[in-house]
Amino acid sequence: MRRIALAALIAFAGLILYGVSHLPARGGADSPPNTRVSAAGTPNAAAYYVENAYKDAATPNMVTVTLADYRSFDTLGETVVIFAAGLACALILRRERR
Amino acid sequence: MREYYHDRIVALSTRLMAPFIQIFALYVIFHGHYSPGGGFQGGALLAASFLLMRLSIGTDAAQLQFRRSWGTPGSSIGTLIFLGIGMFGLLFGAGYLDYAGIPIGLTAPDLRSLGILVVEIGVAVAVAATLTAIYDDLVGDQPEDHHPGLEHDATATEEADQVESPAAASRQDPGATDE
Repeated sequence: MRRIALAALIAFAGLILYGVSHLPARGGADSPPNTRVSAAGTPNAAAYYVENAYKDAATPNMVTVTLADYRSFDTLGETVVIFAAGLACALILRRERR
Repeated sequence: MREYYHDRIVALSTRLMAPFIQIFALYVIFHGHYSPGGGFQGGALLAASFLLMRLSIGTDAAQLQFRRSWGTPGSSIGTLIFLGIGMFGLLFGAGYLDYAGIPIGLTAPDLRSLGILVVEIGVAVAVAATLTAIYDDLVGDQPEDHHPGLEHDATATEEADQVESPAAASRQDPGATDE
């Protein structure tokens, strides 16, 4: 059983490495994040973020701009998830002291 | 009374480290505009410093730094800061979470920069308080060792003293100290 698991593990690792080897080069000019038009022919959002992050929000770190401005709804959801996790722990585990 | 083993070296060195971790957490939060970092990472660092004190000198002595009862309000306030700054944009006719619509006499990019900072602070407060609250909830009510000056412990300690062996009793019957 252990050998089967090990063989399956190696097979999956090989599959994933094969898939990764076909990714576009990091920072390549023709990789999808760096092209202005996506494969479907629509304007590419990532190129807009890279070009306009500083102009729009006066913040040099474009990751922060994307996280808290362009995609702030996503960050709001993450915060609510953390809040919900804490609330669930409190509801299930907390015992009131009297 | 149950006796805790408080190593003096561990307590002293963590007391020395915790303020620096907190300073670094604030740096990570407020420097997130210029370097990798932000609310989640800084909040996790803040929570790490709180948990470090809880682990080294015990939950009850660490109450002075961050009280057990602050966990849930803190996470609520952090989330509400985020929700509230979003509502501000909506209030002044812009979209939800569009910080540029708030009329306080700054240019739109500066307003967005400020809005991002407020959002990061809200996230940091929520993450720090929530992580500490989860730890406190998981640990639960330990039999108290006495720390004068912490009033909220006084009644629990008195009641626990009336049981012969509070540590053993509370371990077998979790409800024993509550009566």
